Amino acid sequence: MTAHGRMTAHGRMTAPRPWRRRSTPWLYLAPALVVLGGLLVHPIYQLGLISLFQYTQAQVSGGEPTTFQGLGNYTELFADDQFWQVLLATVVFAAACVVSTLAVGCALAVLLTRVRAVPRLALMLAALGAWATPAVTGSTVWLFLFDPDFGPVNRVLGIGDHSWTYGRFSAFFLVLLEVVWCSFPFVMVTVYAGIRAVPAEVLEAAALDGASQWRIWRSVLAPMLRPILVVVTIQSVIWDFKVFTQIYVMTNGGGIAGQNLVLNVYAYQKAFASSQYGLGSAIGVVMLLILLAVTLVYLRLLRRQGAQL
Amino acid sequence: MKLPARPAVLLAVMAATACAPQTSANSSSDKDDKTGTLRVWLFQEVGNKPKEKVVDSVVAAFEKAHEGTEVDVEYIPVETRAQRVKAAFNDPASAPDVMEYGNTDTAGHVKDGGLLDVTEEFGDWPEAKDTDPTARQSVTVAGKVYGAPFYVGVRALYYRTDVFEEIGLEVPRTMDELASTARRIRAARPELYGLVVGGAYTYGAMPFVWANGGEIATGKDGSYTSAIDSAAAQKGIKAYTSLFTDDNCPAAKCAGMGGNDTVTAFAAGKAGMAIGGDFSHAAVEAGKVKGKYAVVPLPGVRAGSVAPAFAGGNNIGVLKSTSHRTLAVALMRQLASKKTQASMFGAMGFLPTFSDVRQQVAAKEPYVKPFARTLAAGTRFVPASPAWAQIDSSLVLPTMFQEVISGKKSVAAASKDAAKKMDDAFGTAG
Repeated sequence: MTAHGRMTAHGRMTAPRPWRRRSTPWLYLAPALVVLGGLLVHPIYQLGLISLFQYTQAQVSGGEPTTFQGLGNYTELFADDQFWQVLLATVVFAAACVVSTLAVGCALAVLLTRVRAVPRLALMLAALGAWATPAVTGSTVWLFLFDPDFGPVNRVLGIGDHSWTYGRFSAFFLVLLEVVWCSFPFVMVTVYAGIRAVPAEVLEAAALDGASQWRIWRSVLAPMLRPILVVVTIQSVIWDFKVFTQIYVMTNGGGIAGQNLVLNVYAYQKAFASSQYGLGSAIGVVMLLILLAVTLVYLRLLRRQGAQL
Repeated sequence: MKLPARPAVLLAVMAATACAPQTSANSSSDKDDKTGTLRVWLFQEVGNKPKEKVVDSVVAAFEKAHEGTEVDVEYIPVETRAQRVKAAFNDPASAPDVMEYGNTDTAGHVKDGGLLDVTEEFGDWPEAKDTDPTARQSVTVAGKVYGAPFYVGVRALYYRTDVFEEIGLEVPRTMDELASTARRIRAARPELYGLVVGGAYTYGAMPFVWANGGEIATGKDGSYTSAIDSAAAQKGIKAYTSLFTDDNCPAAKCAGMGGNDTVTAFAAGKAGMAIGGDFSHAAVEAGKVKGKYAVVPLPGVRAGSVAPAFAGGNNIGVLKSTSHRTLAVALMRQLASKKTQASMFGAMGFLPTFSDVRQQVAAKEPYVKPFARTLAAGTRFVPASPAWAQIDSSLVLPTMFQEVISGKKSVAAASKDAAKKMDDAFGTAG
C-alpha cells in the first residue's frame, strides 16, 4: 500500500483512482476467494438447491422428471418423529463427548507439566499415536477390545459374553470412549502449550499462598487459558456433532433398530443408502444451520477476547 | 479489469446459470451397431475363478459367431454394486451394455430408467418357456420383461447330524417342533446356539411370516399395500422373534446378526441349526462342520409342509443406453442360456432358473435336493415395486424385528409402524 501510494505521488501527482484503491485488497484475495467459492460456496449452494427438489436415483439417472418441492423435504423431515429423536440423541451425545474430551484432555495436559521428561515423552507419543490412528481403524480395534466372544475387556472384567453394543446407552458409551480416545490429544496438546505460556511466577505465587492443585487450576490457569479453552471447546462441539465413522463402524450403521443413530449417519442412511438425495440434503442444510449458529457464537466470543488470540 | 470479487456476486452468477439439480440424459439410444465392443458387468463372487472360466467360454463362442465383435467382461464387487450401478445410470457413456443384477433390484432399476424392455425378445426365445414362474416374475415389472433370470437361490434348514444323534433328536417336522428342538439343543449343549437366528436376517425371518399365512404386502404391479401388520403376519413375527431368548439364541448377541453371521456361526460349529442358502453350501463345507451336517427344507406350520422360502437370485439385463441393442440381447440370452446355467451350476453351485435343467442337476448332486424341494413347494418374492429398494435399504423389516426382539415395542406396535413406513414408501415411489 505505501509503495503504491508513494509512486503515485512522485509520478503524476494525482490522487489514485478510488476504485483501484478499493479493489487492491480484493485483487489479492481473489485467488483464495475463487478456491473458496469453488470448494465451499458452490457445494453448499447445490446442497440447498437439491433440498428443494424431489431428487432420488430415478431423477438423477433420468428415469423420471425432477420436480420442485419447495420446502416439502423440510416439512417431511420435521414431521418425522425419528428425526427429532435423532437430533436429541446427537445433541446429548455430542455434549457428553465434548465434556469428557475436555476433562480428559485438560487433566492430562496438567499432568504433562508435572511429570519428568521420560514419562512426558511416553504420554505424548501415546497421545499422538491415538491422534494419528484413522477413525475406521480405531473404531474397529475398540470394537474388538469389547467383543463379547474374543475381546480382552470382558475377560479382564470377568463378565462372560456380555454384549456392549446391545443396550442403547452401553453402545453409546462404547462409542464415547472411542471418540474421547481419538480426540483428547488435540485438547491436551493445545492446553499444554497454553499452560507452558503461563508465567511461572504466577503459579509459584499461587503455590506459595498455599493454593491446592484444583484451586490453582480453577482460579489461575483456567481464567488465563480461557481463550484457548474456548477454541478447543468450539472445535470439539463441531467435531463431535458431526461424528460419523465411529457410530457407523461400531454400531453397524446405527445400532439395533436404529437406536444409536446420530444426525450425520441418519443423513447418510436417508441420502445415500435409500437414494433420497433431496431429503438427505435437507438434513445437511439443517445441520449446517445448527453448526453455523455454534460458529457465530464462537466468532463473537473471539471478538470479545480482542487481540488476545 | 474489474473483478466480480464479492462472494455475493459469485453466488448470484451461479444462481442465474443453474436453476435445477443435474439430471442425466439417460434416454434409450437409437443406435444399433452390429459390430464393436460390448461391455459386460458381472458380480465378483467369493472364489470367482470357476465363474470366469464359464463366462470366458461363452464369450469366446459369442465372439466367434459374431464377427467384428469384442466382449469386455468386468467383475464388480458385490458390496459396492449399488454405487457402480447408480454411476452407470448417471453416466451412460461409461455404462456397460449388459449387466448382472440382484432380482430384488429389478423394479428399482426399471424406475431409475436403466434397464431395457426386452419383452419381445424374451418371448421369442425358445428356452424361455422352461423358465420357472417365480424366476420369470423376478424379471417382470408391470407385465414387461427386463432381463433373463441367471440363477435362483433359496434357503433351507441346515442341522448338525452329530449333535442330533448325540442328544437323540428327530429332525423337526413343524415350526413348533423346530423351536422346541432348538431349545433342547441349547439345554444339552449350552455352548451352542440351538437355531442361530439374526435380527437383521430378513430373508431368514420371512418364511416364518409366510408359513403363518402372512404377507409383506398385497397388491399387484405398481400399487401395493403393506400387510406386515395383519394378524397372520404378526403370528409369524412372534414365532421368529420368540427364538431370541437365552434358551436358544440370546438377544444380546443375535439381535444384531445378519444372514452371513448366522451361516458363519453354523460353519464354525457354534450352532445346532441354521437357515442357510444353497449358495452357503461352499462356505459351510469349508468350515469345521464339514461332514457333520445335513440339510432339509424348513418345516412349515403343519407336519410335512414346507415353509415358503424367499426366491433370491440374480438376473442378466441389457441397459437402456446400449448402442448395440441386438448384440447385447443376443449376449444376454447366451449368458442366461440352459447350457451356461448348467455349467455355472457345476462351477459355482448356482441353481438354474429352468425347471428341467434344475431337475437334471439335482439328480447328479444330492445336496441340491432339499433346495430343489423347497423351490418345488412354492417360493415367494418381494413386492415388484420400485419402493422395495427403498424399504430394503432403509432397513424397515430388520428394524421391526429388532424392536420386538429388544423389547422396545410389542409385535403389534412394531409391525404397525413398519407397515406405515412401507405404505409411505409405496405411496411416494409408486
